[in-house]
Amino acid sequence: MTTIIWTWVAAFFTLAILSFLYKDNPLYKFAEHVYVGSSAAFTVLYVWVFDAYPKLVIGFKEKAGMQKYMLVIPLLLSLFIILRFIRPLSWLSRWSIAFTVGMAAGLGITGLTQGFLVPQVQASFLPLFVRGETVGQTVLLTMNNVIIVFGTIFTILYFYFSREHKGVLGVSSKVGVTILMLTFGASFGYTIMARISLLIGRIYFLLHNWLRLV
Amino acid sequence: MKLILLLFLGQVAPVEVRAFDTPYDAGGSITIIWEMDTAWVAKVSRIGIFRASAPGLQDSLIETLYKPDSVYVDNSAKDNVPYYYRIVVYSDDTLIAEGKTASAAVSTQQWFNGKRLSVLIILIIYTVFLLYFIMRARTNKNLYIRKIAGLEAIDEAVGRSTEMGRPIVYIMGLGYISDIPTVASLAILKRVAYKAAEYNAEVVVPCYDPIVMVAAQETVKEGFVEAGRPDLYKESDIYYLTSDQFGYAAGVDGIMMRQKPGAVFLQGYFYAESLILAETGHSIGAIQISGTTAVTQLPFFIASTDYTLIGEEMYAASAYLSRDALSLGTIKGEDYIKMILVVVILIGALMESAGIRILTDFFSIF
Repeated sequence: MTTIIWTWVAAFFTLAILSFLYKDNPLYKFAEHVYVGSSAAFTVLYVWVFDAYPKLVIGFKEKAGMQKYMLVIPLLLSLFIILRFIRPLSWLSRWSIAFTVGMAAGLGITGLTQGFLVPQVQASFLPLFVRGETVGQTVLLTMNNVIIVFGTIFTILYFYFSREHKGVLGVSSKVGVTILMLTFGASFGYTIMARISLLIGRIYFLLHNWLRLV
Repeated sequence: MKLILLLFLGQVAPVEVRAFDTPYDAGGSITIIWEMDTAWVAKVSRIGIFRASAPGLQDSLIETLYKPDSVYVDNSAKDNVPYYYRIVVYSDDTLIAEGKTASAAVSTQQWFNGKRLSVLIILIIYTVFLLYFIMRARTNKNLYIRKIAGLEAIDEAVGRSTEMGRPIVYIMGLGYISDIPTVASLAILKRVAYKAAEYNAEVVVPCYDPIVMVAAQETVKEGFVEAGRPDLYKESDIYYLTSDQFGYAAGVDGIMMRQKPGAVFLQGYFYAESLILAETGHSIGAIQISGTTAVTQLPFFIASTDYTLIGEEMYAASAYLSRDALSLGTIKGEDYIKMILVVVILIGALMESAGIRILTDFFSIF
């Protein structure tokens, strides 16, 4: 019985949200407000249950020595954010933001360099001539590597900001942006396919779980 | 043939075993390698790895491998303790090879991961360029940065929204304050707020993350103050919505449909909600300027918004809009690093073509 009720609730909200395709309407407004409200409340609970309580409250109880005292830092930074409600002390919230942004920037420099930049540069070191088993294979493998190497170079040149894109740089950056658009086109099609499968999932839910037509 | 003969005679083949401290690690690890005649490999059903902590002591089995590997990394070793390894190789239940106990191996921590030398060199070069160009930008503020259409259009979008008497909706995506696109988005938000204050327009910022909301409030306030209109700043226009992806999308869609903004800015890190937001903005006829580093979402923005800042163009926004020495120096430094990388890629590809792998190995960090 409970399953049936929840299936009807899910079907109602699915249809209410889909009604936005027609236009903004009271049904959509209702679903939207319930969704936003319940998800915001869920977030508060989630942060307390999975972050604040186990890491801070349990941490203070179970950890010892330096590990315990270190917890004072996140506790203080959290309190600083809450101090936004007290106007004379609201400036302290900037410390928390500054700490987070500074930490992220510092970690990001090495993280992005060794996680993305260096591996991507290394992946571009491809031979510009590859001998295949047949002439056709040789041409295809060579073309593939040439496109990857020069495609990468031209795309990097598109993101060169210090000079106007004219002359050789202009042509190179145009090739670069063309490569970008081709990539985006392929990505667009691929992602649309994934979205269609999500839509099919929802329609299947309505037809199978709710209406039991299929 | 040798194998069959040895099996027939009941002899056991020797295996060369070598154990050494795993290089460039944080300790607690010893690598054991062994060599076997290729003729044996097909017959191997399991390899037993034994370890002792002193030469005369009885060793004990620490691992059994069920494939013909020739390397094993013992991650249970303690630092500064000598270990002695031996391996035995079985074909079903028959012992076919046995290695002599390898000489002592001691695990230690290395203070520097030599495999990542390339990262260090790139960062040093980048820092040198950065500092040089920051110093140059301090003396010469006219360092050139090419036009970026999406950023040029900011003033137009704010102006259009003001003329229509509609608010501006600024969406910062699903990024957290620790995400670089979110930080870049704040720089653009400041410019939008500054212009909005000049034109007496309203800026609405629904946020996905409460910390981002606090940062956005500070940024908008700063923009209004710099424009000389702190009286126009309304903290309640920058608010938290929800931290649920599609809950956020549903909420922002509702805001757009009801407030009918004249301009919509989608700047930050986006996921699957990008098209939903951009399509809604398009349907209400708002001028839309988007920007993200999310490669999978950029196609949707390019297809459905008027201007798109692609990847690094977003990062350049801060320097482009503020023209302060620090940001300009950063962009210039990055540009020179890019040129160096272009040359390195070209040299690397040519060396690979010639079968020389020095550069490839140097950039191999894992």
